[in-house]
Amino acid sequence: MLKKEGQIRIPAGCAISGIMDKKGKRFSGEMIIDSISVMHERSNGLGGGFAAYGIYPDHKDSFAFHLFYDSKVAQRETEELLKKYYDIELVEAIPTRKVSAIKDSPIIMRYFAKPKIDELYQSGFNEDDFTVKFVFKVNNGIDGAFVVSSGKNMGVFKAVGYPEDIGEFYKLENIYGYIWTAHGRFPTNTPGWWGGAHPFNLLGYSVVHNGELSSYGSNREYLRQNGYECSLQTDTEVVAYLFDLYYRKHKLPIEIVCKILAPPMWDEINRMPREQKRLYKSLRAVYGLGLMNGPFSVIISTGTGLIALNDRIKLRPLVVAEKGDMIFIASEESAIRAVCENPQKVWHPRGGEPVIGLLGKTVSTYIEHNYIREVTA
Amino acid sequence: MVKTIDAYGLHYKDLNNMIKKYHEKGVREFRVKRVSGQRYIGSGIHGKPNIVIEGTPGNDLAAFSDGVNITVKGNAQDAVGNTMNDGILVVHGHAGDTVGYSMRGGKIYIKSYAGYRVGIHLKQYQDKIPVIIIGGRVGDFLGEYMAGGINIVLGLDVSADEEIVGSYCGTGMHGGVMYIRGDVAPYKLGKGIKSEALAESDMKVLKKHLSDYCDVMGIDLKKVISKTFTKLYAYNKRPYGKLYAY
Repeated sequence: MLKKEGQIRIPAGCAISGIMDKKGKRFSGEMIIDSISVMHERSNGLGGGFAAYGIYPDHKDSFAFHLFYDSKVAQRETEELLKKYYDIELVEAIPTRKVSAIKDSPIIMRYFAKPKIDELYQSGFNEDDFTVKFVFKVNNGIDGAFVVSSGKNMGVFKAVGYPEDIGEFYKLENIYGYIWTAHGRFPTNTPGWWGGAHPFNLLGYSVVHNGELSSYGSNREYLRQNGYECSLQTDTEVVAYLFDLYYRKHKLPIEIVCKILAPPMWDEINRMPREQKRLYKSLRAVYGLGLMNGPFSVIISTGTGLIALNDRIKLRPLVVAEKGDMIFIASEESAIRAVCENPQKVWHPRGGEPVIGLLGKTVSTYIEHNYIREVTA
Repeated sequence: MVKTIDAYGLHYKDLNNMIKKYHEKGVREFRVKRVSGQRYIGSGIHGKPNIVIEGTPGNDLAAFSDGVNITVKGNAQDAVGNTMNDGILVVHGHAGDTVGYSMRGGKIYIKSYAGYRVGIHLKQYQDKIPVIIIGGRVGDFLGEYMAGGINIVLGLDVSADEEIVGSYCGTGMHGGVMYIRGDVAPYKLGKGIKSEALAESDMKVLKKHLSDYCDVMGIDLKKVISKTFTKLYAYNKRPYGKLYAY
């Protein structure tokens, strides 16, 4: 079996790309493949993948589980567990085609399923928390099984290889979504394995990341105390869980979540007007352990939007563009221009300045004034 | 004779080898069309050809170059002129982060804004004095670790709510000079960086470079120099000289 993250160190940047139609109109995976492939040089063939939203309209109320299995035994064990907790609507192999560059494929399956009412009732959880528990149970408890994605009406398609080959492997030209994100991996200190490729997903949240979180250790311990088991030994995993914790569970506004992950520096906070200062001091006091340090540019998707965020001192590249209803985010401008001629607006967000594109809304680079009252009231 | 090359779909190695090959055959004028993210354009050429790029050149444009003149009709990405030794790079648009990374000679002119860390590790030696001029605003860490050279920011297209330079200007800087068109708030300066009005000698140097920049960009020099500039420099030449030598 391939070695997992943490078992080996390979001394060696990454490419990220995200595209969204603000009106929710679906488009084929070809566009994101064309975008990410321009940045071929940023990857080294040790991992890549795509997240797509709006792809399962016929099953939009069921959890769409994408799974990797190393063996039939792992598959059987997982399916038994799934049957125990969920009513399964449909089981099928995820369609793939033979691509010479993609090797050692695991068994790749998908399941559309709803939590069994009595199991859900007994657990005392809502269906999202119920599903989070299930995902951790599989990823930590079943050897050789890995939940690739667990959201509704969305899916993650990832592998070891270059992203353009992975797109071909999964026949993404036949898949239509309103949000697409992509990643080309250049692992700097861990091996490439299928589960360790990006995007990382939990429920409807997926993350693609270029960089390295030096705060991984403290973020991981903080998340563990909040019920998240980081089993993949890779830094990016924590971004998905932090987002789930703050946005879904604590119900914080997206803008505030971003300001927790990449807060202003203390000297900047000290120069702020009184009310604003109180807001940021409170955030740092309460949520300090969710601060992400080290170089990163990330694209996070929630299903209702696309969020781009850089580390505070901007140690990684990030470019955003808009044209009509489309939002484009990428590590390099050329990757945007390859799929979008003459964008109306192109800009480089500042470090720590989130760019938020929500379905049906205009793109905001956010300002905290809306939240000052809430926090200080 | 101008050699036109269509870069569409070409890998950077093939594109750059093609330019090199034609240059060796005596071509001195190039027009490279439909460039999309190809890196290192203009690197590894011994001579002074003129290369006009249409599209978006990739990272490390003219990295380690020695005399190549490049005009980009569009925007550039990260690390324009990385460690270049000589030549002129003109970008009629904006540029990404680390413009002029470790540059040791030549000139880089950007028409619009540039990202973080413009002129990081800029250096100079005797008559080799690199010059960077950014027409728009820049991000944080301008002139980080600067050891020499001239780093100029004009902020010509900034709106009232935008700032010309970001925070941490000249962090780790110990040589060279920066000229900013306008004021720089004291909190934005790195440790050991002094801000003062320009002396006569500074004005002479600044005017010389700006008149060249304005010629190339088609901007009115008078308008540019009508505003007061601020000079930033490190008041200790070797602030870290004794760090490892107690």
